Amino acid sequence: MTTRQRTIPAPQPSPDTKEFWDAAAKGTLLLKVCRACGETYYYPRPLCPFCMSDQTEWKTAAGTGTLYSYSVMRRAEVPYAIAYVTLDEGPTMMTNLVGCDFDALRIGQRMKLAFTPTDGGPPVPTFTLA
Amino acid sequence: MSIKGKAYIAGAYEHPTRKADTISLAQLHADVAKGALADAGLTKDDVDGYFCAGDAPGLGPLSMADYLGLKLRHLDSTETGGSSYVVHVGHAAQAIAAGKCSVALITLAGRPRAEGMATGTAPRNYGAAAPDVQFEFPFGPTVVNQYAMCAMRHMHEFGTTSEQLAWIKVAASHHAQHNPHALLRDVVTVEEVVSSPIIADPLHRLDCCVITDGGGALVVVSPEIAKRLNRPRVKLLGAGEAPKHQMGGKIDLTYTGARHSGPIAFAEAGVKPADVKYVSIYDSFTITVLMTLEDLGFCAKGQGGKLVADGNLIAGSGKLPFNTDGGGLCNNHPGNRGGMTKVIEAVRQLRGEAHPKVQVKNCDVALAHGTGGSLGTRHASATVILERE
Repeated sequence: MTTRQRTIPAPQPSPDTKEFWDAAAKGTLLLKVCRACGETYYYPRPLCPFCMSDQTEWKTAAGTGTLYSYSVMRRAEVPYAIAYVTLDEGPTMMTNLVGCDFDALRIGQRMKLAFTPTDGGPPVPTFTLA
Repeated sequence: MSIKGKAYIAGAYEHPTRKADTISLAQLHADVAKGALADAGLTKDDVDGYFCAGDAPGLGPLSMADYLGLKLRHLDSTETGGSSYVVHVGHAAQAIAAGKCSVALITLAGRPRAEGMATGTAPRNYGAAAPDVQFEFPFGPTVVNQYAMCAMRHMHEFGTTSEQLAWIKVAASHHAQHNPHALLRDVVTVEEVVSSPIIADPLHRLDCCVITDGGGALVVVSPEIAKRLNRPRVKLLGAGEAPKHQMGGKIDLTYTGARHSGPIAFAEAGVKPADVKYVSIYDSFTITVLMTLEDLGFCAKGQGGKLVADGNLIAGSGKLPFNTDGGGLCNNHPGNRGGMTKVIEAVRQLRGEAHPKVQVKNCDVALAHGTGGSLGTRHASATVILERE
């Protein structure tokens, strides 16, 4: 198990994403769903990247998914695992894997959401083994 | 309108330095501009079009036109990271074909070593206004670990191995031993690559390109001017460019934008991968080469490991000689932007001016490919196909 945790820099919310980060502060991962074309997408933005509709709305993610790919950054003061997790809702998102044995990671493993505090900002959505 | 046959690369020059402690960024651009014009047999006053990217200082083409004293009627500062200069070759041909200029100068320079930049292992922050930064930067995306995630997924889906990736570095090192300017001239083995320290799983230190200062320049001219010059004629047959990005979360790390830029260039050129005698492939990492060769159609998707293994990329013995200058993996990756040197070595090969130990026999058709940005997030691929006339 990795005991030391890398300090995660604070995300800098923009006017369009305040709701996302406010929800993160309460432990909720929000996705965007397009009412016009039905796509769920990530990262969030007001206009749908699939059809450019402005009829998009927030949706709470279940917080479960599978490990799409990852890499343990060994050349770092505190090694950390960057990853892409494919959410059960569809989109794949960049994240960190926390609280797990980096040497036992395998693509396809089931993952669950676990927010991690940042250096002076809202927590970020990270994942750990389900 | 096709650009096929509408433009020629008349001048090419690679700066010999790999560490520019005592040369400014603007002067590096000027050095390579002078070198490429001299190579073409042209002068500053012949230049009427100028192309540069985000590496140029100040206001880019404005600062450099001022510094160089250029009188211009066409400017282009298209910025796609390391592939910019491959894009510029295509754009220069378009401008020449449209009559907007007749002698286009393209320059690149950088000095990350002199500036002590941790190019590959420090997370890069493109600024809070970049819409992706708040959703990516907190997780520590470096250049290496982004490409590493591509390699990890490619291994998972297709069984690609670290040894197969290592062959790409081995081939580059075989070529670099003959290049007196190459940063790394020692021939390495597969064993040495896979036993070098892991930087970001599964990429080793020797899977990564060098960090160098320096630069390069190209001169692209109209057919009329090319015919007047006393240089072997390198004709542009086709060019393609395409970005690839996160696609709203439909992420697939197993392919690159070359899947789109390649077919555009091949269709315009009217040639097939089997017609290409030499390839310059952007090699920020070994995995970059493997995925790009698949996407350009040199083998089926997933078969890149077999294509690159067993010395197949080594000039003289392999089926598909690549990066005969030693590439970014061994020779040079000036300013962390490798597209320029890819075109320059392709020009050397077509002219018959590569080092005799790596010169490809009867090299009549060559391909140069650039990747800018990151395969692990968003990037722009650019492909040019060139012919010796």
